Amino acid sequence: MIAKVKAGTEVNPSDAKLSMAYIYVAFTAFLIGAIAGVVQGLQRAGFIDLPAGINYYQVLTAHGLLLALVFTTYFIFAFLNAGMSKTLGAFPDKYRKTGWIGFLVLTLGTVLTTIMVLLNEGTVLYTFYAPLQAHPLFYLGLTLFVVGTWVAGGALLAHYFNWKRENPGQLTPLFGFMTVATILLWIVATIGVAATVLLQLLPWSLGISERVNVLLSRTLFWYFGHPLVYFWLLPAYMAWYIVIPKIIGGRLFSDSLARLAFILFLLLSIPVGFHHQLMEAGISPFWKYIQTVLTFAVVVPSLLTAFSIFATFEITGRAKGATGLFSWWKKLPWNDVRFFAPFIAMLTFIPAGAGGIINASHQMNAVVHNTLWVVGHFHLTVGTTVLLTFFGISYWLIPVLTGRRLTPSVNRLGMIQTILWAVGMFFMSGAMHLLGLLGAPRRTAFTTYQDHPTALQWLEGMFANQATMSIGGVILFIAALLMIYNVIQLAFLAPKEQTEFPIGEVSSDASKTPPLLENWKLWVALAVALILVAYTVPLMDMIQNAPPGSPPFRPW
Amino acid sequence: MHLHRYEKYWLYFGIGTLIVFLSVLGVGAFAMGQYPPSHDAVVDPLNVSETPPFDDPGLVQIDDQTYVANIVAMTFGYRPNVIEVPAGATVIFEVTSEDVIHSFTIPGTNVNMMVTPGHVNQARHTFTEPGSYLVLCNEYCGAGHHYMQMTIEVIEQ
Repeated sequence: MIAKVKAGTEVNPSDAKLSMAYIYVAFTAFLIGAIAGVVQGLQRAGFIDLPAGINYYQVLTAHGLLLALVFTTYFIFAFLNAGMSKTLGAFPDKYRKTGWIGFLVLTLGTVLTTIMVLLNEGTVLYTFYAPLQAHPLFYLGLTLFVVGTWVAGGALLAHYFNWKRENPGQLTPLFGFMTVATILLWIVATIGVAATVLLQLLPWSLGISERVNVLLSRTLFWYFGHPLVYFWLLPAYMAWYIVIPKIIGGRLFSDSLARLAFILFLLLSIPVGFHHQLMEAGISPFWKYIQTVLTFAVVVPSLLTAFSIFATFEITGRAKGATGLFSWWKKLPWNDVRFFAPFIAMLTFIPAGAGGIINASHQMNAVVHNTLWVVGHFHLTVGTTVLLTFFGISYWLIPVLTGRRLTPSVNRLGMIQTILWAVGMFFMSGAMHLLGLLGAPRRTAFTTYQDHPTALQWLEGMFANQATMSIGGVILFIAALLMIYNVIQLAFLAPKEQTEFPIGEVSSDASKTPPLLENWKLWVALAVALILVAYTVPLMDMIQNAPPGSPPFRPW
Repeated sequence: MHLHRYEKYWLYFGIGTLIVFLSVLGVGAFAMGQYPPSHDAVVDPLNVSETPPFDDPGLVQIDDQTYVANIVAMTFGYRPNVIEVPAGATVIFEVTSEDVIHSFTIPGTNVNMMVTPGHVNQARHTFTEPGSYLVLCNEYCGAGHHYMQMTIEVIEQ
């Protein structure tokens, strides 16, 4: 088990309060989103009818927004805020205050958007594609959400650059470096969604402009929509690089490779949005192909990460006395949920990443585009790789922040929770992948298409059956409730004791990190240059050759 | 920056595989013409029903074995909602929307395209097997999205 800290606190108590505020909202959203998920899964299989005139797509919107956007964003800010305080020292008062302002703006936006969704005024799903038009307050809520993250992210950046100024010539702590890469990626990416919401959708929903350029709004959305998944993934990678080596009693393989991987993500995850638009008119195949190439390039930092992490596992196992080719495997702490949950997450990322390559392939996308396959992929990447890592983080982060300890019984329940999650996801996501290959659409309520034989086969398969999907969903829901129980234990009921924030040290024989890697001006300039190359011509084309725009529709 | 020998092998293998994948996709697209649907014709989405050929949607034969199907997608259906083609025919689908975003998807084929208002999208398919082909909308388009369908009846000559 983790070393106990004798005196002092791991995270400044004032900073811990802000992180806990994020945690409370995150897991509240997780609970509501999980309920929406299971209800929707049961409806989709034809097991239940939704009561009280609730619309399937309303529940689907709530599920997507609360889990993919609200839970992840709040959890990430809790983690980054705590880790920055731990590795760079307590936040100066003015930055802490900025952090709280960010939290409040973010939460105002979240509450406003959630209310509009629950009132069925924002049933436009989580991608809010125009010309479906939600209530103006829905868009205002989204705007506040984004602005809130900018303010909160600004506080993190300020703390880092302040540290850098005060410690000239020193290598910045890895946690701070990775936080900056993540926040910069988020800020550059959200400019796209902010542009479409503020300049296109909000004026149009208020009646100031009559028509909207649909293709342009989709393109701006996906300029943001893909890097968004890297915004979820990078904090998980941070835990893999920095926290996991400490938990297994080893050291980080290489500091410079870790930094290089994050720089590559910053450069390569933004100019790739067209791979979500491969099947639509108005974008030439040439530009679609350019962005396919850039999408595939993101595989390189993922390979760096995979090597680095498994190298850490092997080196640690050997240092503990393992000999032979694979016996180091047995030296890993399999009974520790803080290792086990993220490990299952890493394992899941192998098929998830392979599926991603298929989705992003220029022409092959036609087979899977907008089918249940994509939903299966999404539940493996975000719903398992990212979420299980975040759960793994929760098992030590919440005790650190509340001054409690991870008890053996919560650890045991956590192991069960992780296994249930993996089993539930195997059934749900596995069935989704197969149904998708058979052509079953995503984002669709229960239907047999007037008993067409093609649609009926989706209800008759041995494994590839919408019922299998739904059973997996029920197992996942049980796992979600267990997680909520564990979070309540760790936040309010576990015995008081100081828990250590695990920060791994770099291996002593790793080479020195080149200072070039910390040259943020260079990397941001390169990122902007790549974005301009990938987007300038097609965006100009979309504006110059635009069809007459679309008026609003509200078909729900 | 120092890279471990094994890590270099791993990266050579990974990057090499990517180059192979991308070459296959690139050759397929630019040498063999297997593009994703990327048509660039435009139309005023509010006047679709007055704009030829969508004022009279349906099947047009252009030669022995080739047809063009002009189809309008709308909440929550397609116009026309059934077409009949002889087995062996190649059909070029030209589809547009008169309201929100839809898709035109034939499960079991490579025809799967987004239909955004203002654009006409295009895909082609050769129907070798007779039977009833389901066409569905796989992009959420409102409360009746899951009712949106049509069929293509491929009949023995």
